[in-house]
Amino acid sequence: MTTAALEVAHLSKRFGGLPATKDVSLSVMPGERRLIIGPNGAGKTTLFNLITGDLTADAGSVRLFGQELMGMPTQQRVHLGLARTYQILTLFPRERLAHNVVLSLLGLDRRRWNPWSILTANRDLYANAHASLERVGLADAAERIVAETSYGERRRLELAMALAQKPKLLLLDEPLAGLSQAERQAVRALLDAIPRDVTIVMIEHDMDTALAFAERITVLHYGEVIVEGTRAEVVADPRTREVYLGD
Amino acid sequence: MTRILALVLCALALLAVPWIIGNEFYVNMASQVLIYALFALSINMMLGYGGMVSLGHAGYLGIAGYACILATIAGYDQLTAAIFAIALSTAAAAFFGLLSLRAPGLGFIMITLALGQIVWGIAYRANDLTGGDNGIRHPARPMPFGFDIRDAPSFYYFTLVVFVIALFFIWRFSRSPFGASLTGARDQPRRMRMLGHNVWLIRWITFVMAGFWASVAGVLYVYYNLFLSPHAISLQQSAEILLMAILGGASTLTGPIVGAAIITLVKNVVSTYVERWNTLLGIIFVVVIMFMPYGLVPGCTQAWRRWQNHRKRRKATPASEPAQ
Repeated sequence: MTTAALEVAHLSKRFGGLPATKDVSLSVMPGERRLIIGPNGAGKTTLFNLITGDLTADAGSVRLFGQELMGMPTQQRVHLGLARTYQILTLFPRERLAHNVVLSLLGLDRRRWNPWSILTANRDLYANAHASLERVGLADAAERIVAETSYGERRRLELAMALAQKPKLLLLDEPLAGLSQAERQAVRALLDAIPRDVTIVMIEHDMDTALAFAERITVLHYGEVIVEGTRAEVVADPRTREVYLGD
Repeated sequence: MTRILALVLCALALLAVPWIIGNEFYVNMASQVLIYALFALSINMMLGYGGMVSLGHAGYLGIAGYACILATIAGYDQLTAAIFAIALSTAAAAFFGLLSLRAPGLGFIMITLALGQIVWGIAYRANDLTGGDNGIRHPARPMPFGFDIRDAPSFYYFTLVVFVIALFFIWRFSRSPFGASLTGARDQPRRMRMLGHNVWLIRWITFVMAGFWASVAGVLYVYYNLFLSPHAISLQQSAEILLMAILGGASTLTGPIVGAAIITLVKNVVSTYVERWNTLLGIIFVVVIMFMPYGLVPGCTQAWRRWQNHRKRRKATPASEPAQ
């Protein structure tokens, strides 16, 4: 049996008296495209934050290709091949797009500790950053300041920063949120083009895109996994309807 | 091209200071400006690039200064004493960093404040060691490479050499990958962690580097004054160093230097003519912050650009008029 890319077991997190994640277990195979859905407040983003280490879980375990992540600081998890994008854009607004991607590349590069060399003289970093931006169709915007770009461009920059790190597991938190129909098409094509050696877990509300993209779907409700299965299984399951449409 | 020209002109001006001024009092003032500029540059590594506000920076002047004096009095040669002083003070910075960085934001300010006050308190109370309130004298200025730096112009050149070396290192620091990681950690610490950066370690290393350069400035301070007392390392000193960086413009390289020059000159020169120089300093500070919230250097740069754009537009308008 192959090791799961992501193995979450009995994960729990409470905020005061409110349980945000209740005994969540799920297993994502290498190369899989997994979709996580659920109504607002179902604990989807909390689950991502627990996987990345932004939040500390109360109990349970998270394994990345068999390696236990619990108790490990976020940056160390990133060095093991974890990357994510944020639902609420988290960029460096006063910097150029290329610089944003360079910061992403530096995160996994020993040169980030160098207080002596001139950053812009590291041509390979910038060449690499431009290649990543080209991949998401932002090659022409590389020298623009983030604050002067459109929302759609920033969404794609988020993606470029995550992809630049060549992650093994990529967590996408609503990558289509706030995009126009045309932009959605473009980002969808981008996601489809990500090679299969990257495992993807995605939170998304745009059901057309999400259902077409994912192979397996996990439905969260009040912090619990209530349904998990293939596209057809989940759509047919009465509990899914209950959650989304009410009784 | 203009930048290189400006740099050369600046260098020539700095070299010519003793000739231009002539008066020993003002040459000493120039040395003092350089020493304070180094303090301000060092605190700006944390403040401007790292977003860490410290109110305990005078502590390094205290530790490095007293260590240098005491080691020299104990019979060590000047070079050994200086190295010992800077190493001890940098080690203290490493320890202070461990304590201060446990708390973010306001907590960080309060811990640095407390640490600075502890150093001050020890200097004040340890009569046998530091001379307490009376202070302690440094035996003599050193003779670096056999040069006599006892008179004002030669001491100025000595300070200038140390200052330029420090400035060069801090300039490289600000443009380096590490500097980029630091500003990234200032703006988006959470994102930086998610990109694989160890935000805590970046901040701690910066804290130690800032402590190192402040220690160097501390030793220069002792060489200049040949005397150190608790008054020199009080909270007011820490606050003034911080104000220098803010007044000139934190997060710029030249800002802290400009700020240090203005505050030192107002304190020492204007105070001979104006009794309420403290009020004057306060007014300057308020006016600058009101009109240039990011400090003098960024404010003036912006105003200059606006004026140039304005001029360009005015030139362009008459040319286009006949066409209409």
